[in-house]
Amino acid sequence: MISRSLEWFGDLGSFSWKVIRAAITRPFELREIIRQFDEIGSKTLPLVALAGAAVGTVLAFESRSTLVHFGAKSVLPGAIVYSIVHEMGPIVTGLVVAGRVGAGIGAELGSMKVTEQIDAIEASAVNPYKLLVFTRVLVCIVVLPLLTLVTDFSGVFGGWIAVTLADPISFHRFLDKGFSGVSFSDFLAPTFRTCAFGLIIGLVACFQGMRTRGGTEGVGRSATNSVVLSSLFVILADVILVKLILIFFP
Amino acid sequence: MTHSIAEANLDGNRTAGIPAEPVLALRDVHKSFGAQHVLDGIGLTVVRGETLAVLGRSGVGKSVLLKLIIGLENMDSGSICIHGQEIRGLGLNEMNRLRIKMGFLFQHAALYDSLTVGQNVAFPLERHTKMPASARSACVKEWLSRVGMEGDLNKMPSDISGGMKKRVGLARALALRPEILLLDEPTAGLDPITSGEIDDLVLKLNQEHALTSIVVTHDLHSARTIADRLALLEKGKVMMEGSFQELSESNDDFVREFFKRDS
Repeated sequence: MISRSLEWFGDLGSFSWKVIRAAITRPFELREIIRQFDEIGSKTLPLVALAGAAVGTVLAFESRSTLVHFGAKSVLPGAIVYSIVHEMGPIVTGLVVAGRVGAGIGAELGSMKVTEQIDAIEASAVNPYKLLVFTRVLVCIVVLPLLTLVTDFSGVFGGWIAVTLADPISFHRFLDKGFSGVSFSDFLAPTFRTCAFGLIIGLVACFQGMRTRGGTEGVGRSATNSVVLSSLFVILADVILVKLILIFFP
Repeated sequence: MTHSIAEANLDGNRTAGIPAEPVLALRDVHKSFGAQHVLDGIGLTVVRGETLAVLGRSGVGKSVLLKLIIGLENMDSGSICIHGQEIRGLGLNEMNRLRIKMGFLFQHAALYDSLTVGQNVAFPLERHTKMPASARSACVKEWLSRVGMEGDLNKMPSDISGGMKKRVGLARALALRPEILLLDEPTAGLDPITSGEIDDLVLKLNQEHALTSIVVTHDLHSARTIADRLALLEKGKVMMEGSFQELSESNDDFVREFFKRDS
């Protein structure tokens, strides 16, 4: 088990090195990058918006009863906004993207691998690490913070809906109160830590896809492993990055 | 038991007095996957304009041989020279420069399933030429028309049959006008009529473009039709090389059994 894990990390390291080498050479595959922005970004947007709204709503419902109990109902907007911007938005986005995009990339590249399409790309003198991997990893890194903004907004909006159902409050006032205790660094660092989530999701999913073996069963295994491993590493990275952010942005 | 009668025959087949230029030369090539020795000292030479058919039982390493030549697999030891250039130890850029001179038809065509038939054929042209879109489109149409697929330009690979996929794969392999053509089971799994059509097509294209080809096949009829010379692999080695007639008249038990079973 330990040797297999070490072997996996070793292979991932070698894979990453190939991607880095591919990334710094021409051509830069702009057309594929744009296609991946649509695949990874646009098509995940409704999902993260929905997930964010659901999280915001549940957070408002759950927090309200506790805060009312302690007579701190007035801090409810601040608590919701802070929780979403600081933690819930980034991690929910990371996990939703790990699920949708991780599975998609793992299955797509896995299927290409077992049907020799990746070999065909290589035989055509095109570097598959550039065309297939670098483009997806780059788009994941860039798109995650943007999707996090969407999750944050829809989370705050969902929270406002839940709050206003019990105690009507205008959205403008809700935002004023909510953001009064949130500084720019509270927003910036957590949002940009999702770049690391994007790197993890893109790299792990592409790695699992590109090492697929064993026909359709192997494709299924790659898709599952992509989701499980990228979700796991996103959570682990979150723990580490939260600690680092607390150190560097106290 | 290894017979090596090919080289003597080759000079006889080619223009008398002019030594044929070797385009591909494999010497003592070994390849293993784990404990399994697939290729155990293969040596082959293919000269300019020649078509070599590689025969052998399933799992004997015929497809691996093609993948070693185009650099999709790395050999354990030995030497593969393409146009006199040793490919062992070549960097990615140098290998890609050689790959551009080679066309590869995969056993199951390996068409990119997210691209249309036309886009599949255009792929190598987009990557390696500076053709304007209109010239590229004309070139794609021309190649598709050569393989009888001009009406299927906008179809997806999932919408065409196995034989049609092979034709498109062939058009894609030829799009950059390669000097060397590597065909992995071009007629496998096809009905006799479609197999015959593919054979005729390969033969015609080989003749028109003076291609140097290696064709991996189980199909003796196909090998007889398109190849100048045959190499029979067994136990990781070249068991026998020669013309179809020489192999079919061999006294070796294995060769006779192979030809008898297949016929």
